[in-house]
Amino acid sequence: MVPTSYYVALSAILFTLGVMGVLIRRNAIIIFMSVELMLNAANLVFVAFARQFMLLDGQVFVFFVMTVAAAEVAVGLALIVTIFRTKKSISVDDLNSLKG
Amino acid sequence: MTPELILFFALAVVAIGSAVMMLLSRNAVHSALYLVANFAVVAVFFLMLGAPFIAMAQVTVYAGAIMVLFLFVIMLLGADMLRQPSQALPWQVPIAVFLFVAFLGIAGIVLVPQVLSGVTPPAVEADTLRKFGGPLSIGKVLFNQYLLPFELTSFLLLVGMIGAVVLTRDDKKKG
Repeated sequence: MVPTSYYVALSAILFTLGVMGVLIRRNAIIIFMSVELMLNAANLVFVAFARQFMLLDGQVFVFFVMTVAAAEVAVGLALIVTIFRTKKSISVDDLNSLKG
Repeated sequence: MTPELILFFALAVVAIGSAVMMLLSRNAVHSALYLVANFAVVAVFFLMLGAPFIAMAQVTVYAGAIMVLFLFVIMLLGADMLRQPSQALPWQVPIAVFLFVAFLGIAGIVLVPQVLSGVTPPAVEADTLRKFGGPLSIGKVLFNQYLLPFELTSFLLLVGMIGAVVLTRDDKKKG
């Protein structure tokens, strides 16, 4: 039996790696993939605690998180494609048209 | 050192390694493939935690649909050919690394006593565990207790689809 806190620790490491990815990388698609990594880490904790307390609610929540992530990826990638059409670049440093 | 513990540590190393390689890779396609590897390892973790339905959903939806969509867009935009652009804020990388270490330190203060005490999940026999995360039990909970969120996610997916179509529509062609 693997202790639940091992899963929580692994999820914390993956989550902070995702946050680092959002902060460090300039490519919009890599930033998006880091957000997916964060969501995945949260899913892992949900399933770990569902197993700990033998309640299925954790797994149902993971189901909903996956659905929302899929919808978010669809809309987000559509946004990136549209921005690329005008700006011809997906570096977030170049998205400064609203800057005063 | 049970086999399950050895498997957990081996898979944890692969998961963290693929996540780090995803962040450090210069080529966007390589990053996407490392993320697919990470999702596959997390799916195996779900199987170890008695969630077979969620594990299959992870492989089908996340690795099979979402990452394929990412790869489509990367190939469409030619992002694997784009050079890494220069940093606008040069102090951001050292601060991000420092905050990463600081957060893990704080999390460690909380987690290390728990890890040392080693609270394990309750041992159940294999038959109960197989039925625990199976489609029948998840369906029973999903369509009885969580019916309203389920219907709302269908609405959410519809709105997402409409949004994606409207956003990428070419405005110059009218009618």
